[in-house]
Amino acid sequence: MPLIRKKTEMKKQEPLARAKNFNEVALGYSEEEALLEASRCLQCKKPFCVEGCPVNINIPAFIKLISEKKYDAAVKKIKETNGLPAVCGRVCPQEEQCELKCIVGKKNEPVGIGRLERFAADRERESGSIEKNAQELSKEKIARVAVVGSGPAGLACAGDLALLGYEVTIYESLHATGGVLRYGIPEFRLPKEILDIEVNYLKQLGVSLELNVLIGKTITVPGLFKLGYKAVFIGTGAGLPSFLGVPGENLTGVYSANEYLSRINLMQAYKFPETDTPVNIGKIVAVVGAGNVAMDAARVSLRLGAEKVYIVYRRGEEEMPARKEEIENAGEEGVIFHLLTAPLEIIGDPATGKVRALKLIKNKLGEPDASGRKRPEPVPGSEYTLEVDTVVSAIGQSPNPLVPQSMPELKTAKHGNIVTDENTGETSVPGVFAGGDISTGAATVIAAMGAGKKAAVSIDKYIKKSL
Amino acid sequence: MFKIARKKVLSSTVQLMEISAPLVASSAKSGQFVVLRLNERGERFPLTIASTDKEKGLITIVFQIAGKSTLQLSTLPEGGVILDVLGPLGKYTDLTGVKNAVVVGGGVGIAEIYPEVKELVHEGARVRTIIGARNKDLLFFAEELESAGSELFIATDDGSAGRKGFVTEILKELLDSDKSIDLVLAVGPVVMMKVVSNLTKPYGVKTLVSVNPIMLDATGMCGACRVTVGGKVKFGCVDGPSFDGHQVDFDELMKRLGQFKELEGLSKQKYIDSLKCEKCRE
Repeated sequence: MPLIRKKTEMKKQEPLARAKNFNEVALGYSEEEALLEASRCLQCKKPFCVEGCPVNINIPAFIKLISEKKYDAAVKKIKETNGLPAVCGRVCPQEEQCELKCIVGKKNEPVGIGRLERFAADRERESGSIEKNAQELSKEKIARVAVVGSGPAGLACAGDLALLGYEVTIYESLHATGGVLRYGIPEFRLPKEILDIEVNYLKQLGVSLELNVLIGKTITVPGLFKLGYKAVFIGTGAGLPSFLGVPGENLTGVYSANEYLSRINLMQAYKFPETDTPVNIGKIVAVVGAGNVAMDAARVSLRLGAEKVYIVYRRGEEEMPARKEEIENAGEEGVIFHLLTAPLEIIGDPATGKVRALKLIKNKLGEPDASGRKRPEPVPGSEYTLEVDTVVSAIGQSPNPLVPQSMPELKTAKHGNIVTDENTGETSVPGVFAGGDISTGAATVIAAMGAGKKAAVSIDKYIKKSL
Repeated sequence: MFKIARKKVLSSTVQLMEISAPLVASSAKSGQFVVLRLNERGERFPLTIASTDKEKGLITIVFQIAGKSTLQLSTLPEGGVILDVLGPLGKYTDLTGVKNAVVVGGGVGIAEIYPEVKELVHEGARVRTIIGARNKDLLFFAEELESAGSELFIATDDGSAGRKGFVTEILKELLDSDKSIDLVLAVGPVVMMKVVSNLTKPYGVKTLVSVNPIMLDATGMCGACRVTVGGKVKFGCVDGPSFDGHQVDFDELMKRLGQFKELEGLSKQKYIDSLKCEKCRE
């Protein structure tokens, strides 16, 4: 069979329709589409794609099982190393990971690995075989381990520890699980029902969940050891929002992306007043930043009735950190990009304290800076003003300081991230492990999951050594 | 689920509840707060912990019926449950070394100052407490504050209890007559905390206030509770709630508190209408 040069398209909702609803944008493969796409895999003897995956899913094996229509076996193969395939199939930046390394992708489009992962997981869920597939684990447990935070790092770590025979409790400060998967990523990119089902799978593995417990306040990390846990994994993420550092950032109508998205995703402000949490969207919204979080904030604004939504970004198109796919989605839906543009001031109405406008300046790109990207430099005299009534700051988050603050003996680096051994997740405190954004700073869901899994392996070694 | 172990109506608009929350009770210190969410559709809202009973695992909250959530909370019976309670949150107020304090409470602040008054007395400080309300029916906790060991002063707008006038008038007299006052602590409506802070500034007396900004996660994640203190942006939830009253930008705080006013009004009205509906169905 001749090689098909292009990836099998995945159907999406029409841009104009989807910009007005919260239903999932990308609709997934049908069985025929999945079989077609699976047939593009070369089944390499030395699969580079696996190296590109932070959790080393056996990609050729699961794709082969799909092409043999053994869908249950395919998802089981994925779940050997990844407990959240329906989530990862949707939100992983495959184009920078597995698909970047795909041999087919050298001359043609790479195999749609992420889309196939999603297909396998969705098929399992829709056919109701998740429960059937859950493994029977021994009732005898090796020891108790506490996992702090139920985001991607914590969920991955907890799942692997459960499979290794540990009694795992996840502590979560919010009233719902998932961390950034819940409060950050909108419904139209990751339906919360799918997250719930993947979290339920962990429960089936015997993981317990304690919501409404803020480690560092309700219980301290040393307090967890007193409760009998033999090891603690900290996966508290990058929850501290950065603001713009320009005048006017405390005007009403200025939100951090965390607040804006938490109101909408976690608290379901999009259903207000059916739900109690309000959000003021405004007619004209400017989102500052161009990462995935910025795209999410811009796209929810459209869905909540904003008439105009701008992305304001200080560098150029090439430098935008969001996934290409999400930038395209945002553009198709009507988001307007002000690139090479930086905010100078948020102008408010003095009487009400409400945002009225955003004063901006054009940038040009200069020499590369410390990050290797070309440094944006303001062009004198290019200032202009954009009338807006809502400003969302989506320029990044720093590691959550609460656990380190409550535990001075835990070593942190300059940006407040917990210092860990990259390979093991060990921190400066014996028995305390960390991974994900809390140790690396804001990164991806799958990188956090990879770190959680590595930590699970070293927690197992650490505990067995001390038994 | 967190059970309401006891409920007491303190005035027409203020209620007290003891909630079973053993983990919170065991680690709470004065000045800290909890975040509640009443049900699946509810919002997250903060309330100060007015006292704790570590043995019984109880925390006491005192709240004023203001928006939908506090109105709905007031309808919950003794034995009823609250879906989510998170805490203790915020930094506790460090009161070590204080010798001569005046504590001012207004509105629900009257209950919120109680743990601080107790701690100050425990620290060996002289404590005078000034509480204020529109009229005597809106006053509560007077006995508790007195039996905690503080000298109590009362001001009401109509003179129906204590002195006719504002708490600040009594505070001014104390500041004028006693130069050894080393701390003024004010908890209550933003306007009251602002007026108290403006009053104490020329006297150079350290003044702490407890801010009550809008919060969402209340764990330092969202920044909804931004307060400008001494020209710097602070998060009320993790850097506060207690701040130097001479440094707080109260005007900004008031504007930020009002940012969802219209929607909050709509939400409350819809809830009141639904209550009426329930009644007519009966």
